[in-house]
Amino acid sequence: MRAVALLAAVALAGPAAAQSQFEKYQQMTAEGSPVELFEMEGEALWRKPQGPRNVSLEKCDLGKGPGVLQGAYAALPRYFADADRVMDAETRILHCMVALQGRSLAEASKRLFGNADNPSEMEYLTAYVAGHSRGVRMTPGTEHPKERAAFALGQKLFYHRAGAWDFSCTSCHGQENKRIRMSELPVLDRPEDARPIVATWPAYRVSNSQLKTMQWRINDCYRQMRMPEPNFGSEATIALNLFLTATGQGAAYNGPGTKR
Amino acid sequence: MKRILPLAAAALLVSCAAPLPVGERPKLSERDLDEVTAVLKRDFHERGQAKMERVELDEVQRLCNVHADNPPAEQARALEAKLLAAIPFPSGSLIGDWKAGEKIAQSGRGAMWSDKPGEAAGGSCYNCHELSPKTTSFGTIGPSLRGFGKLRGSTPEMQRYAYGKIWNAKAYNLCSQMPRLGHSKTLTEQQIKDLVALLLDPASPVNQ
Repeated sequence: MRAVALLAAVALAGPAAAQSQFEKYQQMTAEGSPVELFEMEGEALWRKPQGPRNVSLEKCDLGKGPGVLQGAYAALPRYFADADRVMDAETRILHCMVALQGRSLAEASKRLFGNADNPSEMEYLTAYVAGHSRGVRMTPGTEHPKERAAFALGQKLFYHRAGAWDFSCTSCHGQENKRIRMSELPVLDRPEDARPIVATWPAYRVSNSQLKTMQWRINDCYRQMRMPEPNFGSEATIALNLFLTATGQGAAYNGPGTKR
Repeated sequence: MKRILPLAAAALLVSCAAPLPVGERPKLSERDLDEVTAVLKRDFHERGQAKMERVELDEVQRLCNVHADNPPAEQARALEAKLLAAIPFPSGSLIGDWKAGEKIAQSGRGAMWSDKPGEAAGGSCYNCHELSPKTTSFGTIGPSLRGFGKLRGSTPEMQRYAYGKIWNAKAYNLCSQMPRLGHSKTLTEQQIKDLVALLLDPASPVNQ
């Protein structure tokens, strides 16, 4: 179904010669993506009673009300009054594991990033949640004072050079038409570049056969920036996520995506 | 009317919230830098060789951050001169083994929390530069270095420039995007000599 839509989009876009090699590769990988399998596994986990209270996550409030999945991912990150902080999808799912299922934060956080042989519960769940926003316009929270503070912090973090190699996000994502090896680099403070990116995370990465979340993406950027490791769901990671998502807001969510 | 007014006022308040400065680079003050450093200290943890001291900014990082990589020329020159004087140039020939240099240039490992401390690091050179014509998967953040020695020769001055640039790129261009590979203790003296050979040795594929 999605392959058909993609082919139609390509046909509309004109001759294949107008596509870069990289875009062609992206299209080919998207056609063979196992993303829907992750969403199915995520649904089973969403409905599975777990934790000391032996309840499922079906009553989890992702911002649209308890149990409402439709369009929730596309409206994140946003401020949640019950936690008095801005949260992204992964952080909110973690919050629900603790608040609804009665699990300890330590237990629920034990394995947030999986591997090719054994994806994490968080990865499956994020894929499932995100899948319910396909076609929904990305509208992260930008009105609440804490959302505005998060955007401002994320923006500062984006340009902040530090660490053993003096890198900031802009070291890779600050100039047009640049590559690292063969990877084309989006300029993530430009709305036109940020839109297709934020609309396709979480994403299945063909190069390591794993479904990866935005929290992982930020974590792995900092690893390659030669920085210490960001805490999962920390204010810094959510601020950066909100900065990127607000920069790319307005696009129709088109994930979970498939990347190189 | 009475009922409508507060609503209208509320609507006005919402519409008064200025649009977010999307696509604009903020001007950062010294205070902003300290705020971000405090956030990094709170929200990050050390892992492997990536210790928390890495979030502390040095003089170069501060000046480049405050001026969006475009510091006043006078200040930049003074700091560059200080950095240049601090480069520990070895005596004698700075040309090592280009074959070893090619391996170092290919490797993107080193200084990450996922790298074993003590294990030989790479220079990540191909991530950003074109070098040997045999490697077509090169990045473009830095300039092409193809034919580097063929164009410039391998005089002692050129050896010194190549060695110094790799040891501390900021001594030549304060806010360069290139990491300070010697200064940050990522590469050893011998590894940098091998990279100098990759750039300058007439037998190196870079110069074919």
